[in-house]
Amino acid sequence: MKLKKATVNKLITYLMVIGMFTAIYILNEGGYLSRQLQKMLVPICINIILAISLNITVGFLGELTLGHAAFMSVGAYSGCLFSIAMKETLPMAARFPLAMLVGGLVAAVFGILVGIPVLRLRGDYLAIVTLAFGEIIRNVILNIDFFGGASGLKGTPRDSTFLIAAIVVLITMFVAMNLQSSRHGRAIMAIRDNRIAAESAGINLTYYKLLAFVLAAFFAGVAGVLYGHNLASITPDKFDYNRSIEILVVVVLGGLGSVRGAIIAAIIMYILPEYLRFMKDYRMLIYSIVLILMMLLNSSPAAIAIKTRIREALSGVFKKSKKTAINGKGGSEA
Amino acid sequence: MNRSVERTPMVEVPSNAIIPERDLGKMPVLDIRHLGIDFGGLTAVDDFNLTVGRTEIAGLIGPNGAGKTTVFNMLTNVYQPTRGSILVDGNATQGKSTDQVVKMGIARTFQNIRLFGSMSVMDNVKIGMHTHIRYNLFDSIFHTPRYHKGEKLSRARVLELLDVFGMADMANHVAGSLPYGAQRRLEIVRALATEPKIILLDEPAAGMNPSETAELMNNIRTMRDEFKISVMLIEHDMNLVMGICEGICVLNYGRIIAKGTPEEIMSNPEVIEAYLGKKGA
Repeated sequence: MKLKKATVNKLITYLMVIGMFTAIYILNEGGYLSRQLQKMLVPICINIILAISLNITVGFLGELTLGHAAFMSVGAYSGCLFSIAMKETLPMAARFPLAMLVGGLVAAVFGILVGIPVLRLRGDYLAIVTLAFGEIIRNVILNIDFFGGASGLKGTPRDSTFLIAAIVVLITMFVAMNLQSSRHGRAIMAIRDNRIAAESAGINLTYYKLLAFVLAAFFAGVAGVLYGHNLASITPDKFDYNRSIEILVVVVLGGLGSVRGAIIAAIIMYILPEYLRFMKDYRMLIYSIVLILMMLLNSSPAAIAIKTRIREALSGVFKKSKKTAINGKGGSEA
Repeated sequence: MNRSVERTPMVEVPSNAIIPERDLGKMPVLDIRHLGIDFGGLTAVDDFNLTVGRTEIAGLIGPNGAGKTTVFNMLTNVYQPTRGSILVDGNATQGKSTDQVVKMGIARTFQNIRLFGSMSVMDNVKIGMHTHIRYNLFDSIFHTPRYHKGEKLSRARVLELLDVFGMADMANHVAGSLPYGAQRRLEIVRALATEPKIILLDEPAAGMNPSETAELMNNIRTMRDEFKISVMLIEHDMNLVMGICEGICVLNYGRIIAKGTPEEIMSNPEVIEAYLGKKGA
């Protein structure tokens, strides 16, 4: 049986991530990782989840939203409050997954509440309104004493481990990639490619836009819960628009609509600034230059031509079979 | 559909309907009455009356800017008509959204091709089939057996539809990279995949050479015969229009100036005037 190109692509992504996680897990258990790297494991997983989830709105649906950190904060606060309340009653094994579910669902509800009015807008307008929404959420949390205000919410059990975070990454990947090759995912991507044609194919625009938006919010919420349980306290300033932009940068760098790209970009973009700390003043400069270089590599026609040539040369070496018409140009596949 | 309604007498149809002999006494698939639309102070289309019979191929022609595409946009509720009503198999489309109108049985193609360019030909047609693939969000996310069954069925169906237009071997091509003529045909296949009662084709032969146009004419006829659907088309290629349309409606300045069979239209002085200008002017 010959496997479809899309299936192969999916398999490669799974193998890549599972292989990487297993290697890191073994190294970590053996005590070969530096303390610096150990501390970065969960945040990297969180970044991957955020990138994949934002990819659902920006990459699949093609709508620019700048309030992703807000959904993360909603999830973080609701999940942490749940954990604090249940600290004595439930064991960790039951409490933490439930907290993630609560965080995800609350974020999804906010996704619906924000999405219904906001998704009537398109392009620049949608970007600005979601940006404003993110700031509103942050300020509301900041000014309610119940959430700890500026000094943050304390007392969350530190339940996040690399293993749990890695499992959540796999679940997020699974959902995003399965969605992509389904009727629902196709409808979402059809809206991105041509809104009017999608509508004329019988696709209910409001429903599918909202679906993408809510799914993204759900996983952002789950990432928030992981984040909250990885630190001693969470403060609202961690969820400002800078964070939303950071996630967006990862998604764009990884290639819009590409789950595998988002994963790789999320790892690089997190590790890079950390390991450039010794450069002190030049750190952000180098970070920016790398960003520009990666952009060029991803989207300049010359670089794409070179990459295609390399890919063709490689596939020529491995098999002399006929060229398939769709070469995964990082676009709608995987 | 309620079959008993089909026998309603035709007295209410106000137009001098173009209905083939075989359909007299039956309810038309498409029944447009007094349709009109204003943009600001400008009346783009006014008092448009037309009925299209079952499995009829109807043509909508007229000079540039006559309002032909506007009529299509009103039929699919891309524009909300200012006046008048549209009945599809006896059901009013008023107040429905475009996707609901598609579900009622009107599919269309576009004058400027609108494909999902980054997706495969297969996926393009599958999207047309969207409302007929039966599995829910849960199946989508977990790829349940129902998902696999649905995808397999739709895949077979897509190949069947593509075959009608001789495109089955192109199923894995990226839609945006197809030659122009193939893109036009793909749009028709995608519209056909929505299982319409009537399909609206907006300049299907635009940019095609004579042999491609001839093939397209055959394709449209085959499609009509095989799927028992009605076709309404806008076209400037008179060979195509006169060759396959059973009824033609001529639009000028937003108003119907003539209706009839191809022969009647060709000899109609008003039509000739609209196209060529007044004699001696």
